[in-house]
Amino acid sequence: MISIKGLSKVFQTKDQAVTAVDNLDLTIEKGEIFGVIGYSGAGKSTFIRLLNRLEDPSAGSVVIDDRDVASLKKKELRLARQDIGMIFQHFNLLWSRTVHDNIAFPLEVAGVAKKERDQRVEELIELVGLAGRGQSYPSQLSGGQKQRVGIARALANKPKVLLCDEATSALDPETTDSILDLLVDINQKLNLTIVLITHEMHVIRKICHQVAVMEGGKIVEQGDVLDVFLHPQKKVTKRFVDQVMGDPEKENSLNLIHDTYKSDSILKLHFVGENTNQALISDISRKFNIDVNILHGKITQTQKGAYGTLFVQFSGEQNEIENVVGYIQSTTVEVEVNPSA
Amino acid sequence: MLESLFPNVEMEDMLTATYETLYMTIISVAGTFILGLMLGLLLYLSSPGGLWQNRTLNMVTASTVNVLRAIPFIILILLLFPFTDFLVGTIRGPKAALPALIIGGAPFYARLVEIALKEVDKGVLEAAKAMGAKYRSIIFKVLLPESMPALISGITVTAIALIGYTAVAGAIGAGGLGDFAYFYGFQRSDWDVVLACTILIILIVFLFQFVGDSLSRRLDRR
Repeated sequence: MISIKGLSKVFQTKDQAVTAVDNLDLTIEKGEIFGVIGYSGAGKSTFIRLLNRLEDPSAGSVVIDDRDVASLKKKELRLARQDIGMIFQHFNLLWSRTVHDNIAFPLEVAGVAKKERDQRVEELIELVGLAGRGQSYPSQLSGGQKQRVGIARALANKPKVLLCDEATSALDPETTDSILDLLVDINQKLNLTIVLITHEMHVIRKICHQVAVMEGGKIVEQGDVLDVFLHPQKKVTKRFVDQVMGDPEKENSLNLIHDTYKSDSILKLHFVGENTNQALISDISRKFNIDVNILHGKITQTQKGAYGTLFVQFSGEQNEIENVVGYIQSTTVEVEVNPSA
Repeated sequence: MLESLFPNVEMEDMLTATYETLYMTIISVAGTFILGLMLGLLLYLSSPGGLWQNRTLNMVTASTVNVLRAIPFIILILLLFPFTDFLVGTIRGPKAALPALIIGGAPFYARLVEIALKEVDKGVLEAAKAMGAKYRSIIFKVLLPESMPALISGITVTAIALIGYTAVAGAIGAGGLGDFAYFYGFQRSDWDVVLACTILIILIVFLFQFVGDSLSRRLDRR
């Protein structure tokens, strides 16, 4: 769907050249929600703007649907852009137009007839959950509603790709979640490819299938969201994973656990992409003659299933505990006995 | 009572003069709006980072605007006499004042237009570009509507300056309230005529200010 090769962007200032995006290679599949995460200055904003050529690349190619955006002529680029929707951190709606007319704008640009335009706008207003607000002006809407208008506008010309430039960064956590739900909904309903950039791991965790971590203009780590969560290789990735998994807290509490429970029956259970074994604990206490004491843990949901760790203490016969460990090993949950701090 | 306050004021002449002032003001405001908008757009679009970024065009437009603004209005009228004569066929009367009024007002308004356009949110322009909008759509569907309240405030300020200019033009025979105050009031020492003309001009200024303010407010949905 999107294939990026050797993509670079160098900004030439008076006294130095700044490489914002450095020789990037990437493939994004159709229907995928692809997240790019990085701190400010990592080059992710420049990266997403290269995809619809709001920035002209210094080198490389961006092939979207067999068309190299990087080498298109002016008019071809305009037409290609009508197939690429984009939403923004600050929504960028026209204050002078109503919700209805804002959504109609890209249709006017594409030369769609008035009657068809109105019909399409009504569909879109329905799709993003703004029914009845068509005649409101953006200034009368909340941040979340504004972003819904932004999404409807971006989808107006039935694009093949949706680019999200920090689309939830200006919203509160609750509104962020509702917008993310909407994006997942659209992704599934329309089989739309979504590329988003963010600095919040929460966003990646909640909706992305694939993630790339950017630092210094390069992609330093990339893969399935669960894999990256499970085995973060680079320091920057670990920091992002900690954002949602609260790792420093875990270190701390693991020491406490070791100090408090001197027994040798502490187990660390690792849930990865698991939906079927959610009832593992109750399963164990039913099947085996032991007591289970949950000490610490965090399980979180990603698009590819649950992910997280749970620290538990088993008390009972040594024999029985070994049986339990054996049982857990037969499931897809990973287990570690007496984990080190 | 009016007759005792203004013994020398001929009602009919006064009405004619008022009509002439209104005529000059309204036509010149319309002309200034169009010409100033074009010049202002040219200034904005040709500036560095603009849609039609072009150093030469920007320099030529900016110098023209600056030179025209530097010439005192009374001298501008004199300089334009041949042009006016060619265009209107006479150099006297309200109609003959129009070229000078528009050429005097447009560069002033052009700078106000430029300022108004610079205030349009860059993000919105970017969004329009990302949608594949043509320059024409960006200008007529984004730039102008999004800056409309400022464009209206600007033309209001310009209109009031133009009312002042019509009075100046009156001193060299353009007609209107300025003309009337000078020839019929000042030169005959009929001060009540001067006062009456002043009051009428103030009322016209208030009227324009009021219309401009309410229009600008009504258009502003921010």
